[in-house]
Formats: sequence, C-alpha cells, structure tokens
Amino acid sequence: MKRLMSGNEAIARGAWESGVLFAAGYPGTPSTEVLEVLSTYDEVDAQWSTNEKVAFDECVGAALGGARTMVTMKHVGLNVAADPFMVFPYAGTNAGFVALVADDPGMYSSQNEQDSRYFAKIAKVPLLEPTDAREAREMVKIAFELSEQFETPVMFRTTTRLSHTRGVVEVGDRTEASRRPFSRKVSQYAIPVYARFRRPELEDKLNRLREFAEEFEGNIVDEGQGDVGVVSHGIPYQYVKEALPSATVFKLGMIYPLPKKRLQEFCERFEQVFVVEESEGFIEQEMASFGILNVIGKERFTNIGELSPDLVAQGLNGASTPTDFASETTILPRPPVLCPGCSHRGVLSTLNEMGVLVTGDIGCYTLGCLPPYKAIHTTFCMGASIGNATGFTKAGEAKVVGLIGDSTFLHSGLPSLISAVYNQVPTTTILLDNGTTGMTGHQQHPGTGSTLKHRPAPAVNYEALIKAIGVEHVEVIDPWDIEATERAIKSGLEHPGPAVVIARRACRLLPEVKATEKVPYQVDDAVCIQCEDCMQTGCPALVWEGDTPEIREWDCAGCAMCAHLCPVDAICQVEASVDASH
Amino acid sequence: MPVTNVLVAGVGGQGVVLASELLALAAIAAGHDVKQGEFHGVAQRGGAVFSHVRFGDRVYSPMTPRGQVEFLLAMEKLEALRYGHFVKPGGTILVNEHEVEPIRTADERPYPKDAVDFLNSKGFDVGTIKATDIAVELGNHRAANTVMLGALAERLDIPHEVWDKTLEERIPERLLELNRKAFREGRQRGQ
Repeated sequence: MKRLMSGNEAIARGAWESGVLFAAGYPGTPSTEVLEVLSTYDEVDAQWSTNEKVAFDECVGAALGGARTMVTMKHVGLNVAADPFMVFPYAGTNAGFVALVADDPGMYSSQNEQDSRYFAKIAKVPLLEPTDAREAREMVKIAFELSEQFETPVMFRTTTRLSHTRGVVEVGDRTEASRRPFSRKVSQYAIPVYARFRRPELEDKLNRLREFAEEFEGNIVDEGQGDVGVVSHGIPYQYVKEALPSATVFKLGMIYPLPKKRLQEFCERFEQVFVVEESEGFIEQEMASFGILNVIGKERFTNIGELSPDLVAQGLNGASTPTDFASETTILPRPPVLCPGCSHRGVLSTLNEMGVLVTGDIGCYTLGCLPPYKAIHTTFCMGASIGNATGFTKAGEAKVVGLIGDSTFLHSGLPSLISAVYNQVPTTTILLDNGTTGMTGHQQHPGTGSTLKHRPAPAVNYEALIKAIGVEHVEVIDPWDIEATERAIKSGLEHPGPAVVIARRACRLLPEVKATEKVPYQVDDAVCIQCEDCMQTGCPALVWEGDTPEIREWDCAGCAMCAHLCPVDAICQVEASVDASH
Repeated sequence: MPVTNVLVAGVGGQGVVLASELLALAAIAAGHDVKQGEFHGVAQRGGAVFSHVRFGDRVYSPMTPRGQVEFLLAMEKLEALRYGHFVKPGGTILVNEHEVEPIRTADERPYPKDAVDFLNSKGFDVGTIKATDIAVELGNHRAANTVMLGALAERLDIPHEVWDKTLEERIPERLLELNRKAFREGRQRGQ
C-alpha cells in the first residue's frame, strides 16, 4: 500500500516492520518524530529517557537481552551518548541494534553543524544513509539484518531535509523477530584485560564489513550517458539527479565503510568525478585514502550550511539561479518570536531590566538572546547554563543567573547544580518549569506525570529534589506575576550560596491550557500615548496598526505583560473596559 | 507527466504545512509521485514558514530549484515577496490579501504595502484573494489556508472528487464542513 510519509515516519515504519520491541531516545529536532511514531505501535515499547546517554545504555541492555532495539537522537545527542556508542562495538550486540542519528545542516534548530558520519569511523561501526523516505523504510530493515549478521550496532543517519520531507512509501507488514537469548560470557562485556582481546576482533569485523560493502546492493550505480561521473549519497543524490538526470551516478547507501574496489573501478572510467556530499568532505577524504584523486569535491560544494538543488547545479555545471528581490523592494525579516502568553516572557523581561549576566540553555527561551528580550548572554548546549554560571562566578562576576527549562534540567542540568552546591557557588538558577518539552513540540518527560505512551507516571517534585541535593534557598513563583518574579530573582542573588527560583506556568500551547478560558486585553486609543513600550514584549498578538498598537483578541492569551509595561494604563482587560464605559 | 512545482509560503500558525500536506495527498491519490517538505526555524509560531510540493511521474529533489516554481501560494503578502524569485518567468502567484507585521524591533522599515504591484511589475500572473476575510466570515480565521488551496486547486489538473475525498480523509470531522466551505469559496475566487 502506498502512503505519504515523512522520512522520520518511514524510518519508524521500517523499524516496526523489522520487529523492533524496544525503542528509547530524547527529543531533538529533526529526530523527534521517529520515536513519536514508533510509540503509536502497540508492539513497540517506546519511551522518552532523561537523556541520550541514558537512552543508549537502556537500549544496549535491551539488545543484549535479545530484543531488536532502536535508539533515536539528533546529532548533538550522539555527543551525549558518545561514551556507550564508542564502547559498545567492542562487545558487539546480540539482537539488532540501530542508532538513529539526525544531523541538522543549515542549523534550522541547532547550535552547531556537525557531520556525525565521522562518529561511525571512530566507533568502527557501519553507517547507512538513505536518499528519501521510500528508501529509508527499506534501509532500516537492512540495518537490523546487518546488525545481527555482524553482531554490531549500526548507525543510521538522516538529515533535516530527509527526516522532514514527505514522499510516497510502499509499506509492508511486521515480521516478529524472535528473542535471542543472552549468554553471560563475561569476557565479551567486561574490564580492560578482556577488551584487549576484543580490540583485534573489532578490526577483523571491520574488514569483513569492508568486504560486505563491495557487495551491498544499497551501493548502486545509476548508469547514464555521457562522460560525467558523480559519487553521491543521501539528499544530495536527489539534487544531482535533478541537475543532471542523465549523468552516471554512484549512489552510496553505506557511507562507512566504503566499497574501496568499486569506487576505484568507477572512478577509473572517468577523467574526473564529482563527489557531491553535504557538510564535510567525508567520502572525498575516504576516497583520497584509497588513492582516488581524480575528484572534484568540496572546492565546488560548500561544507557550510545545507546544500540545495541550486547549489549543486551550480557546482556541477556552473548554472546560475535567480536571487531574491531584497535589493529592489523591502523584504523585512521575520524572526521567530515567543508565543502570546508564553510563560518565559515575564522572566526574560525581568532579567533584561535587572541587567544581570545570564547564561542560557536549550529551549524556546533561547530566543531570549534576541531583541526585544535581550536577556541571555550565552547559549551552548544542553545543561550548560548552570555550569557556565558557576564558571563566570569563579572568574569574578558578582551576580550570575543560569536559565534552564524543566526538560533540559532533567536531561543534564542536575549534575551541574549538584556541583554548584558541592562547591557552594553563589549563582541563581531559574528553572523555567512549563510542564513540557516545548521547543520540539510538547514531548513528555519525567516531570510531566505522563509517558510517551500516555500512561500516568510519577512526576519529579523539583522543590523536594533541589532541596535534597542541598540547595537551601528555593522559591516558586508564577512568571505572569512580574513583581514576584523580580523579588524572587533578587532574593536568590542576595543569598550567599546557590539559589533556585522555579518559574512555574504551563506552556501556552499545551492543549489543556489552550482549552482554558482567557480574558483578552485591549488598547484604549484615547489613553495610548504611542510610546511603543508595549511593543517591547515582542508579542505576536500585539500589532502596530496605523499610529497605535492593537491587540488581536483571538490571539491574546491575557498574560498582561504588555499592560505591565504601559506607563499610562492604556491596556486593560476587554471586560473591564466595557464595565468602565457603563 | 512532467513535474508540477508548487511553493506554499506564510507565517507560522497560518497552516502552511497542512495546506501542503493536503496538496501532496491529493496528488498521490491522483496517481503521481510526490515530494513535499517544509522549512521552518526553532519557534512554534511567528517565523516565516515555506513548503515545497512537487508532483509528477518521478520527483527527485524535495526542493524546487529557484526560478522553476509554477505556482506560489502565499498566505501573506510579505511572504509572497520573500519567495517571489522562486517563481518561473510568467508563473502564477496567488496571494492572500492579508498582512502580518513582523515584530517591530527586527527592522524599522515600514511594511511593504506595494507587494502585489511589485510582483505584477515583474511579469508574474498575480491573483489576490481575501482568504482571511472569507475565513473569518465562515467563522474561523484559521481556514484561510483552505480558501487559498481551493483557489490553487482550480488551476491544477487534479479531479474534484479526489479533492473531496482528500479533505474528508485528512480534516478532523468537527472542522470538515468549515473547510469544505472554505475550499469551495476558494475555488470560486480562483476561477
């Protein structure tokens, strides 16, 4: 049966058809939907874990225990899980184990561009990469077979474009994989003295995988006409076919290890061969190590950002494409903004006003570094805010605030807070508890009281947890209450040891919050002095119409942040102003 | 059939993704190969969102190369301007007569009120539709995307009954009647 599926949906479908029994991960764009879709299948026990390393460890256990298993993450998640990712191949797996890793060239929702293909080489594990959703489903099934055949974890890489592009997918049925019993062979799973024996075996396995790559049917030559030869993979392959439909293209499905002999033979047929790959020149470098040097690669196809059909056509045949109309007319930028009623807005505007140094973290509130909020001064990676704040304090900054969301705090903020307590660092951590993983689209986490499968779960009690690790100053506030927010942050900063302010209000976009009644605000034009102070909220419900601000009633969440900033009280609740006119 | 290239553009929250998905589903049901992919940044709302939909005998790239889009469906006027250069010479631009001001701190220049005139001056076949107004009259501003899709459907070679079935299968029942009406209104405006 034919279906319209995104790359991520097709990957989940392929995993389900392969008989996957357990899957775990942590949300991260563009990987998130794989696990969300897997969780909709009754046969699959799918779960969000606290972070990617935890998920990976859980999946190693499940695969050794005999269940086909998939772990999912975005590229930076693999950094978090790198420890088990590098060690597990020494032991090898029992049941099929596939690590789904989604890279984000172009940094649509990431802090860095990272070509995760190099991880496969360091870990000495096979790496597969499809070129569209149809192939993704088929290739996941191959990945599980390969994993069991070679008793190795398999890395399955996608990119934002592949994960988020929908295409026509022919789906099949599920085949149950029989559980493979675990044999307690300690020599395979423990301590350095055994690992030293495993080390040459890992190299043997890699050599066998190299032979397999030569035969692998996912590495395929599209015979064309003419004298142009191209080596490509993944989404760039589609751009090559778009630009040069009749070229002869060696499409690589297995990116590591590469089929050395076949690539050598292919490249001997042409005077020069284009190597078209996104991000770094990984394939080009591997080919150079095989002695293949008649290659045009990264000098034509940039390693910065995402490739496009235009960039690839340009590199292949010098084609030029139209540029936008920005030089002829006004094309205003439209940067992303926090939603109307966002619970982060009050905290950010308070911090901006206080002028303290703020180390940020990963979540919607990351936007707080941009105008009009301008409250956050650094953002690096998951859980970094609290450690960074400690460092700034050690370097002599007097008042430092670490800003972190609830899901991020549980992911990797907690160990940093324990370190701050242990070393008695007088920073203030603001825990933005909006009761969900907001930015990636409302995933459950251990603080939400619900699981990925929508089953009730114990919810982390942040106050009790934070007190238990030794924080003496803990205060909970509602971030819509600006006065209380400011008071709590000030009092936290005056405390001689580490302090925590929990700013608690549910994300405005959660269905249960959306369903609650709201009293919108409106601007009284007769009172408004057009000072534009209210526009500093950066609220999408507030628009400038002619000479005055106007609040779109259907969009207003009634948070009153704009009313708080108005110096003349021109903004009031819709009902209240009606009452006043009577 | 050669590949038909559509680009749908708008502001986060305007239903760009749903409109493109409906088009992709209708194209599959009409027997085509399809690729559809949207581009958006980190935030849930407020940023620019655009989505390529391509269908025909065999579709390779999920993105249409610049200057090769036959139909640009713009849910907002500034977004029509932003993606106009993707449209091929003389190609069609359907614009919702609706303005969403970006946040004022981003760029102090005034909103380009002459967007439609500008695109006309470039030789495109520009059609304007008051889709948001129509949707508000029908009872929900969020149905503007379906009005626009109806206007586009009038110019595509996908049978009526395929569209009817696609709406029925994809739209939740409580919103189906509203969207049917919106689609019909759009079809009339698109003629």
